[in-house]
Amino acid sequence: MLASLSLILLCQLAGEVITRGLGLPLPGPVLGLLLLLILLLARDRFSSIARGPLRNSGVETASKGLLKHLSLLFVPAGIGVVEKLDLLATHGLAIILILAVSVMVTLLATVLTFRLISRLFSEAP
Amino acid sequence: MKDNPFSLWVYLSQSPLLWLTVTLLVYAIADAVSLALRRHALANPVLHAVWIIGAFLFATGTPYAIYFGGAQFVHFLLGPATVALAVPLYENRKIVLASIVPMLAALVAGSVTAVFSIVLLAEAAGLPREVILSLAPKSVTAAVAMGISETLQADPSLTAVAVILTGIMGATVVTRLMNRTGITDFRARGFAAGIAAHGIGTARAFQVDEVAGVFSGIAMSLNALITSFLVPLALTVLMR
Repeated sequence: MLASLSLILLCQLAGEVITRGLGLPLPGPVLGLLLLLILLLARDRFSSIARGPLRNSGVETASKGLLKHLSLLFVPAGIGVVEKLDLLATHGLAIILILAVSVMVTLLATVLTFRLISRLFSEAP
Repeated sequence: MKDNPFSLWVYLSQSPLLWLTVTLLVYAIADAVSLALRRHALANPVLHAVWIIGAFLFATGTPYAIYFGGAQFVHFLLGPATVALAVPLYENRKIVLASIVPMLAALVAGSVTAVFSIVLLAEAAGLPREVILSLAPKSVTAAVAMGISETLQADPSLTAVAVILTGIMGATVVTRLMNRTGITDFRARGFAAGIAAHGIGTARAFQVDEVAGVFSGIAMSLNALITSFLVPLALTVLMR
C-alpha cells in the first residue's frame, strides 16, 4: 500500500518536474498519468520490472481506492464559493444559466459526434 | 478551559483536525444519503456537502483560508487521483484502442463546444471580462482549470467555483439527457460526461456503468490536455 502510494506520488512528481522544467503548457499530474500507464504496459513486456507495487496488482488496488472517492476531492475547492458570494449576488443567475446551457450543449455535441463517427466506421465496407 | 468556554472552540477552529473531520464527516453522510436514495442525480454528495459545510463556515464566521488549512489534505489528493486514472485506462486498453477514432473526433467536438459556448454565452450576457476569462476552462478538472486561469491572470478561485458548479450540473443532468436522446452506448455517454463535467461527471459515470466510468476518465484527462491549448486560442479569436 505504502509502496503503491509512493509510486503514484513519484509519477506525479516526475510529471511536475518535466512539465515545469521544459515549460510545457501541460499539468504535471496529466503527464504523471501517462508515466504510470507506460510503466504498467512495460511491466507486461518485461517481467524484470514486475516487483514491489508493480506486482500482484499493488498499484492497481491503491489507485482504485483513490478513485472510489474521487468526488470527495472536489469538496474543498467547491466551498471556495463562500468567498465569491458578492460576485454571485450580482452575476450569479447569469453565470448559473450559461454554465447549465454550455454543459448540456457540450454533452450533446460530444455524445452525438462519438455515435456518428463510430457508426460511420463500423458500417464502412 | 472552564474559565473560558470559547477557548476550546478558538483552539479547534484554528487546527486542521476540525476542518478535515468536518469535510470527511459531512461528505460521508451526504454519500450515505445519496446511496440510500439509489444515487438519485439530485442527491449529488458534492452538492450537498458544499452547501452544508459552506453554511457551517458562514454561521461560525470562519474564513475560507482557515477552513482550507484542514481541507487542503483532501484537496491535495486531486493530483494523485489524476495519476491513478492510468489504472482504469490500462485495464480497459483493448476497448479503448478499438474506439480510438470516435473518441478523438468526440474529444475535438466536445472541448471546442465547451470552451466556445461558454465564452460566447458569457459575452452575450454582458459579463465582465475577468469573469469570462475565469469561466472559460470550467469543463476541466479543478487542478488543471485553476492553472489555466492563473496563466490568463483571471481569478482561480472563481474558476474553481465554476468548475464545481459545472461538474454538479453535468452529473445531475447527464443520465436523464442521455436517456432522452436514446443513446445506449455507454462508451459515448461516459465520454460525454468526462468532457463536459470532468471528475464529478466521472464519479457519476462510475456509479452508472463501469465502461462509462472508464471512458469518462479518459475523456477528462484528454480534455485537460487539449483545453490547456484551446482556451488561449479561443479567447484571442472571440474576445477583442
